[in-house]
Amino acid sequence: MIGLIHYLVVSAILFTLGCAGIFLNRKNLIVILMAIELILLSVNINLVAFSSFLGDLVGQVFSMFVLTVAAGEAAIGLAILVIYYRGRGTIATDDVNRMKG
Amino acid sequence: MIQAIAFYLFAAILVVSAGLTISSRNPVHSVMWLILAFFNAAGLMVLVGAEFIAMLLVIVYVGAVAVLFLFVVMMMDIDFAQLKTDVARYAAIGLALGAALAAEIMIAAFAWNAGRIDLTRRVAPVDRALPNIEALGQLLYTRYLFLFEAAGFVLLVAMIGAIVLTHRERAGTRAQNISRQVARRPQDATRNVKPAVGQGVEL
Repeated sequence: MIGLIHYLVVSAILFTLGCAGIFLNRKNLIVILMAIELILLSVNINLVAFSSFLGDLVGQVFSMFVLTVAAGEAAIGLAILVIYYRGRGTIATDDVNRMKG
Repeated sequence: MIQAIAFYLFAAILVVSAGLTISSRNPVHSVMWLILAFFNAAGLMVLVGAEFIAMLLVIVYVGAVAVLFLFVVMMMDIDFAQLKTDVARYAAIGLALGAALAAEIMIAAFAWNAGRIDLTRRVAPVDRALPNIEALGQLLYTRYLFLFEAAGFVLLVAMIGAIVLTHRERAGTRAQNISRQVARRPQDATRNVKPAVGQGVEL
């Protein structure tokens, strides 16, 4: 029988894969953004699974807000990526030092 | 039984496609694997009974976010081969850290079995008589109305921000000047002439 624990394990694996993706593709900003989307997806799975197995609907409402923030984050991140590429002609993260942070 | 088969199918494809997303050589393939991962996550959510979130995931993630990624990947002329990092150098420590992270999260998740979580008071108990979408809508438009509108504002700000960031004035294009159009009067725009017969009009 599939219980809450199964969903939590899938979500944990997905979260770890997302974190690993950030490290594996340190130079490629686009894949880093995709890895962040994977992390947010795993959070959503967690929230929805708890919501369903505890019989409380609020988790799904939270999940919707996470989805909203993820969509906004992807839009802004890709916009910054596009203007950065327009100015520099590359998206390698090593070269992102214009602000000297 | 069918539920278990469906769960393991969705979960396996989800994990495999997530792994291929982060390890794929070509970013276009990465986006495709990401789309597959989103679809399977939506399947998992249908299994658990959250149909609305599942449909939202397909519409928002696959329909908007993944297509946005695809646009950006395909529009930029980048040599992705030179963006590859030397994975082998950090593979051992990376794998160790990743395994430790996953193990810790799973141990924390299994600890849930040790002491049951007892919600003494559910904030919004699931009403079995109502469909998922209806129950969620009733919650969203009453108790979470302000949060819902705040989420709308987040999207609005993101939209304006993306447009402001990527908009640029191009030289040599002609734009509409609305105030000039509105200020135009018939007296300024037309001329009344009375030509002599056979002379014609000079324009």
